[in-house]
Amino acid sequence: MKGGKVLLECLKKEGVNTIFGYPGGVLLPLLDELYNEKDIKFFLVRHEQGAAHMADGYARSTGKVGVCLATSGPGATNLVTGIATAYMDSIPIVALTGQVATSHIGNDAFQETDITGITRPITKHNYLVKNVKDLPQIVRNAFHIASTGRPGPVLIDLPKDVLSAEIDSFEYPEVNLPGYKPKYEPNKLQIKKAAELIEKAKKPIIYAGGGVIASNASEELLKFIEKIEAPITTTLLGIGCVPYNHPLYLGMLGMHGTKYANYAVQESDLIIAIGARFDDRVTGNVKTFAPHADIIHIDVDPSSISKIIKVDIPIVGDAKNVLRDLIEEVKPKRHSEWVQKVLDWKKQFPLTFSCAGAGLKPQKIIETISALAGEDAIISTEVGQNQMWAAQYYKFTKPRKFLTSGGLGTMGYGFPAAIGAQVANPDKLVIDIAGDGSIQMNIQELATAVKYNLPVKVVILNNGWLGMVRQWQELFFGKRYSHVNIEGSVDFVKLAEAYGAVGFKVTKEEEIEKTLKEAFSINKPVLMDFHICREENVWPMVPAGGSLENMLEGELA
Amino acid sequence: MEKKKTISVLVTNQPGVLARIAGLFSSRNFNIESLAVGETEDPAISRMTIVATGDELVLEQIIKQLNKLIDTLKVIDMDENEHIERELALIKINTEGKNLTELMHIVNIYKGKVLDTAPDCLTVEITGDDNRINSFIELAKNFGIKEMVRTGTIALARAKKKK
Repeated sequence: MKGGKVLLECLKKEGVNTIFGYPGGVLLPLLDELYNEKDIKFFLVRHEQGAAHMADGYARSTGKVGVCLATSGPGATNLVTGIATAYMDSIPIVALTGQVATSHIGNDAFQETDITGITRPITKHNYLVKNVKDLPQIVRNAFHIASTGRPGPVLIDLPKDVLSAEIDSFEYPEVNLPGYKPKYEPNKLQIKKAAELIEKAKKPIIYAGGGVIASNASEELLKFIEKIEAPITTTLLGIGCVPYNHPLYLGMLGMHGTKYANYAVQESDLIIAIGARFDDRVTGNVKTFAPHADIIHIDVDPSSISKIIKVDIPIVGDAKNVLRDLIEEVKPKRHSEWVQKVLDWKKQFPLTFSCAGAGLKPQKIIETISALAGEDAIISTEVGQNQMWAAQYYKFTKPRKFLTSGGLGTMGYGFPAAIGAQVANPDKLVIDIAGDGSIQMNIQELATAVKYNLPVKVVILNNGWLGMVRQWQELFFGKRYSHVNIEGSVDFVKLAEAYGAVGFKVTKEEEIEKTLKEAFSINKPVLMDFHICREENVWPMVPAGGSLENMLEGELA
Repeated sequence: MEKKKTISVLVTNQPGVLARIAGLFSSRNFNIESLAVGETEDPAISRMTIVATGDELVLEQIIKQLNKLIDTLKVIDMDENEHIERELALIKINTEGKNLTELMHIVNIYKGKVLDTAPDCLTVEITGDDNRINSFIELAKNFGIKEMVRTGTIALARAKKKK
């Protein structure tokens, strides 16, 4: 059996039935094995970055490990942005890269690059396979590392001679990682201490992040917030972990969070952080963040705790298990006065937008999508204003429905991620909410969507700007719009048609609903070009490094 | 407040491990004073002794981040227990026009060894903890140091005394 076949057999043992990838010279022995492979479906992309984001979208929407493949050298380096995106958001993917033959490594051979060196700081772990005999153990360990503890990307670099080397047979081994033991069960004493602090708190708030979704802990989280009657706000990646219409839900906090979420955090006397990491987009100025609050921090990754803010009660463990124990330990609590205060803010300072001015309102478009798409639809976003409007105005009721590059902020993420999610969820409606800038970063994947008839819908909020940078220039750089005008880049309708997809252009408000309905009914990829109000901004906004209670707002917000 | 900490890290003896540790320090902006690596009683395991500086939060992060590496088997904060630290330095000291007797006297006080002699210099080996070596270096500076190399600190916990 050749190395390439060994790899495929190992992947199948891990339950892999989908690979997103792109060929190349050193991969020839593996491609030859894939030629007759029945159990693994290979999706040929148009750029390796697309493959990495597809594996990511596949993983985020299912919780399973996504797999992507690229050749050595430029193929491997093209994966780097996708790997870094997955790393920052703790998404389990396994990236397979070809490598020049072991005898050539270090010689600056054709298409050689030290990809394990390059990806060391952006992977949870990586491997260079030097002997085909090591391959099964490495694959076993790689999938285990990617999917357990705090999940993340793992890269396996596969030299050409390893892929073509022969072995007689192999047994798929058990995981062998003596130094890797993620802690899932919380320390009982810490649970007790946390419960005591919760018992004393008068104004508690829960701040939940992507860790709740990674741990599939939504159900426990709901029970917990109801038992102690605490309002809950989420990070960008935590969106969907509780339904938008839950009475205690305050939406997202931070730079573009709701006013009421930020006010509540600032006034709280106890923050219970669950699977969140006090990112600077959440905290603003750390020194003025939640000045009156004690902090309980629940995270499966000990290094996330007290990294940015010294916490009072650290609890290392899986969110689901920790919440299970906390629910058991805490006494039921009522905080009527506090909750009333927060709900009053919610009434007083809702998210609003003005319908004045030329062009469509992006918020209105997102609200319409939200009303039409149904609660099982999967929404991805690109990065920038489109992403923030989607986070603010789309009404999510379930986890794993919102795919967005939070940590790295990768433009070009949303479209391939939507394709990956569509592959994993063939019967669901998958929509990429995009900007006219971001969509052009991986637009070539239209060919992939068309080829495999993946009926992804792309909603372009076209304002002819790199809008978020323009917004900052308007607010903080005297409206000097330096190098952000991309008006008239391309005719998106013709572009869609050129790829064999369907394109619509929308400029009138009354066409929004009609176009979306039509697009959702077409079983093909559809690109919709919505011409939005050019200078619409994302409100409210905490300027970078500012204090959460000081939010800028638009004329009407 | 900035503090110094000696950390002992047991890692699997594999290619790339040193790069992972060094990369961690540079990418997380941690300060490393010294790093010494060598095999342990088990050839599959290496011990790295790291002396790092930082405030309390940073030092806590360093230990956590080291623990997070997959190749790391164990991270020991040496300051939590009684331990022995040693470092070795080789110092080439100028003797031209200097009082050799005085220099030899100092070397003897520090239990140093003369490893090499030349008409204009002596090469001396000094072992001890970091303080001892630093104070010897201060004295040697009066003669003039031509060249110097230090191993970096290595450390082991003291054996538990039987009662």
